Amino acid sequence: MSMTGAIDCDVHPTVPDMKALVPYLDDFWRETVEERGINSLETVTYPPNAPLTARPEWRDKNGRAATAAPELTAQVCDRWGAAFAILNCLYGVGLLFSEDMAAAFTRALNDWVAKEWLDRDPRLRASIVLPLQNTEYAVDEIERCAKDKRFVQILVLAMQEVPLGRRHLWPIYAAAERHGLPLGIHAGSTYRHSITSLGWPSYYIEDYASHTQAFQSQVASLVCEGVFAKYPGLRVVLLESGVTWLPGFLWRFSKFWRGVRSEVPWVDRSPAEIVRDHVRLTTQPFDAPPDADGVERLIEHLRSDAILLYASDFPHWQFDGDETVPAGIPAALRRKILVENPLATYDRLNDG
Amino acid sequence: MNIEVRQPQRNAKARVGIFDCDIHPKSALEDLRPYLSNRWWDYLQTYGQRQRHGYVKGFPYPKSQPLASRRDSWPPGGGLPASDLDFMREQHLDFYGIECGIMNPLSPTGQGEQNDELSAAMAFASNEDQLERWNKREPRLKASVVIPYENGELAVKEIRRRAGDRRFAHVLFLSRTSELLGKRRYWPIFEAAVEAGFPIGVHVFGSSGRPMSNTGWPSFYIEEITEHSASLQASVASLIVEGVFERYPELKIVLIEAGFAWIPPLGWRLDQNWKRMKDEVPHLRKAPSEYLREHFWVSTQPMEESEEPDHVLDVMEWIGWDKILFASDYPHWDFDDPFLALPPSLSEERRNQIYCGNAKALYRFD
Repeated sequence: MSMTGAIDCDVHPTVPDMKALVPYLDDFWRETVEERGINSLETVTYPPNAPLTARPEWRDKNGRAATAAPELTAQVCDRWGAAFAILNCLYGVGLLFSEDMAAAFTRALNDWVAKEWLDRDPRLRASIVLPLQNTEYAVDEIERCAKDKRFVQILVLAMQEVPLGRRHLWPIYAAAERHGLPLGIHAGSTYRHSITSLGWPSYYIEDYASHTQAFQSQVASLVCEGVFAKYPGLRVVLLESGVTWLPGFLWRFSKFWRGVRSEVPWVDRSPAEIVRDHVRLTTQPFDAPPDADGVERLIEHLRSDAILLYASDFPHWQFDGDETVPAGIPAALRRKILVENPLATYDRLNDG
Repeated sequence: MNIEVRQPQRNAKARVGIFDCDIHPKSALEDLRPYLSNRWWDYLQTYGQRQRHGYVKGFPYPKSQPLASRRDSWPPGGGLPASDLDFMREQHLDFYGIECGIMNPLSPTGQGEQNDELSAAMAFASNEDQLERWNKREPRLKASVVIPYENGELAVKEIRRRAGDRRFAHVLFLSRTSELLGKRRYWPIFEAAVEAGFPIGVHVFGSSGRPMSNTGWPSFYIEEITEHSASLQASVASLIVEGVFERYPELKIVLIEAGFAWIPPLGWRLDQNWKRMKDEVPHLRKAPSEYLREHFWVSTQPMEESEEPDHVLDVMEWIGWDKILFASDYPHWDFDDPFLALPPSLSEERRNQIYCGNAKALYRFD
């Protein structure tokens, strides 16, 4: 089936190691990296050798995947037919505690993405990774990178120190709204807390399942705190969330809103409606039963043609072969998911 | 503004007797006195209970109603909601034709109390109180085995004490445990429960002392109650993936007040990742969703309300019609009225399964 004009909304460039970022640091931070032996910010969210982290055939001789632009575009654009791909870099700058270090390394990371990826292929776009450790620094980074129109989104990880709706983070949303940049929330953690609310799971399979819980909390927080009331132009994209948790979650959330809405009077309509207006989800992974009928039912439960955005999640191993679009998604919806919905979500993609 | 909804008129024709898997009787601390040693009674008078959320009374996410209860559940003769058995009979048990109700007392039970020994002493007392002041006077009300779940050794003692006592329905946990339920520290409790012939009931709330979500502390009560389902997702995944059901194939778990629409997506996600990463968990001989299907039951309250009524039926189909147990949550404000809560398009057969058939099969009270 035709993928003409498709926009892949979630792909991941791999930082080989800190040496790659050093050219983008000033003297002080360059020295810091060398003297203190800071070699790597890779996180255990995607253990380097775990199957999910990358498909075997995409790994190079060092066991890494997606370490350079040509490799990524060959797969995502040439083979799978995406006209554009949005890079979400998950290098662990968000885990650092020092605000200044986080800001410096995050700046270097965004500069590396611009130079080594965006400059190499006109089909690539990217998200601005934010140093959320300090709200002012995060706003500064938005202002700095927003000048480059190839940055189309701001990016944070799903598990933070506080839920994302909290008021002290609002200057970030003000800046994002001003620049027409959606807030991208990607699966992952800054490891401020155990990755489940009941502690640390023993196995990676549970670990990977824990991200959907964070997405639920983030959606609840953004709605309940009134972020969308204050910033009606803000869109949020949930990246690599799993999708099928959403309808059931919205039923419960909306029902409780009916019961206790006096606690959050600025939430002036059902959370389900607010989410359908403001929130989008990428399609990989799509946690669904193997039968196409089940997938169709789940799509109906979402009650929105506009909510899904195509993504391959390259190089994470979410599907086999070239099954980039989950089986069972109705043909009528394909063009919306592949092209129209991403274009409607990312203003800057429309500038070409 | 709160609007009082008038009680529906009871249908003259006899309905099937209802099994209500979640009723919260309210005893006072004084009611536990006969079953507490002087040491612990005196301790309670001086130092009191110390819950991990930090308040002597009340909660940092204050409830939306006093004691989280229906405004009309305060007994006209005085006392707290669900403290008066006669009024409970009138307003709930007799009114709805409840054939059997499972008591899940929430306080004072000492569950989650920082001091393990106090927790154990209060658990014992709460269990005696349930038998003497509730079940004895009203055999329709079955007790739960309250346990000090954060201490395996002491919890096992209490379970063994109640083994074989058919007045008890299940062993009671609160959901916000200090570790995921699948972790080894809880395994002796599961072993004892299976030995004693009890399912495990996991009821939402409790205080682990950890942030309420895996991304920190939410601000609002509405977030707290919505996100119970998220913490249960973590514990259910843990129980499955740790291989607890391989170890204890007879173990049965009832999830109470956590909702249920999240169950199928959790199973699918775990399955997808298990297919690719089986080598991580060689102790699992089946797909995670199979363990989910075989070992878990869900209570109906708070009933999932999809915007389009049919959608929740899809979910119930995916979970299994034999896995769903009616619960009212009396006397709480988000109480589900037995006459109104179930989707209206359910067949008589399915309705009866949910009202009593499934609970009868699980709890084997006959």
